[in-house]
Amino acid sequence: MSVRTDRAGSRPAHHLTDELLVDYAAGALGEAESLVIATHLALCPACRTAVAALEDVGGALLEGLAPAELATGSLDTVLARIGGEAPATPRVERKPPSGDRILVPEPLRGYLQASLEELPWKGLLPGLGMFEIATAGKTRKTRLLRVKAGTPMPEHTHRGSELTLVLAGGYSDERGHFVRGDIDITDDSVRHQPVADSDGDCFCLTTTEAPLKLTGRIGRLLNPFVRF
Amino acid sequence: MVVAVGARRDRQAFAALFAHFAPRIKAYLMRSGCEATAAEEVAQEAMVTLWRRAETYDPRQASASTWVFTIARNKRIDMVRRERRPEFDPADPALVPEPDAPADRVAEAAQEATIVRAALDRLPAEQQEMLRLAYFEDMPHSAIAEACDLPLGTVKSRIRLALARLRKTVKEE
Repeated sequence: MSVRTDRAGSRPAHHLTDELLVDYAAGALGEAESLVIATHLALCPACRTAVAALEDVGGALLEGLAPAELATGSLDTVLARIGGEAPATPRVERKPPSGDRILVPEPLRGYLQASLEELPWKGLLPGLGMFEIATAGKTRKTRLLRVKAGTPMPEHTHRGSELTLVLAGGYSDERGHFVRGDIDITDDSVRHQPVADSDGDCFCLTTTEAPLKLTGRIGRLLNPFVRF
Repeated sequence: MVVAVGARRDRQAFAALFAHFAPRIKAYLMRSGCEATAAEEVAQEAMVTLWRRAETYDPRQASASTWVFTIARNKRIDMVRRERRPEFDPADPALVPEPDAPADRVAEAAQEATIVRAALDRLPAEQQEMLRLAYFEDMPHSAIAEACDLPLGTVKSRIRLALARLRKTVKEE
């Protein structure tokens, strides 16, 4: 498999919706969706600015809350706890990631023990590799996908919502072209067959509420065996 | 005041921050379904974090209330939901930077917070309530729709409308 090198630089064209931005800023999303969204934020200054503005709304709402009565001696308890405490630890210098060809930003990097290319990929179908990431939530699945350059994915639709972030390479379907940093939001109304760009393997981070449903002629037969 | 706590470990400034924020953090937790005792515990924990992290607070990035909101939100996820909250790291060398260096926002962040608050107060009651649900109930849009017995589309459009108004007001001020 070949890899197109994607270093930092260009800014994404496909962004988060207001709905997801609000749910993320409010802290209403689970770990899996937050992981995909936060990794997109690392690659997308525009969505970072949007989240900062929505956190301002959170701050304003907090100010507007009627104060609750604190337990007796609440302040003293806290003062006692911080009593002998030394000043906060200085910030840790961040080491730039080693010579990986594809830069994986935080928070995703912290979930991986190896560079994207060195992960123990599981072959799912010809040209399609998968690496599962453990996140909280019973039915939700979070995984990395590696699609060989030029390979079409099996045609499928979704049960529930799916969030995808492109980390390297790109893919296209009827809805558009998605490259590094782009976020793709799909649900059961979208039935598609994305095709990986021909100039390099496509790496994506994706989280689904429930297994995908393969819809193509061969795909339908595979449904019971291949759990996306 | 957060800056005073960060730079000088000023306990008086901390006490003042505590008097203002701790009761609001507790109220925030209780709104999201916590019992008073658990809410108190999270509020105290959030204030301890405020003390510890005060040095990293950057008034150019966010107003004090915004910063405190993010601490309280993360404590709620950590202590009540017992989950991780993945966040990007502003110091990450892999982060794609802003197109232009961020302008000096010292006055701006605090000013903006005041403007957002005023704009929030002027929203129709229905939209204010929808935002409170979105921010305080620990429920994503889909769960809010279910709880209010409203179509998801209605919840989305009310929140979007509220945000559009807020953005418009903030831009005009």
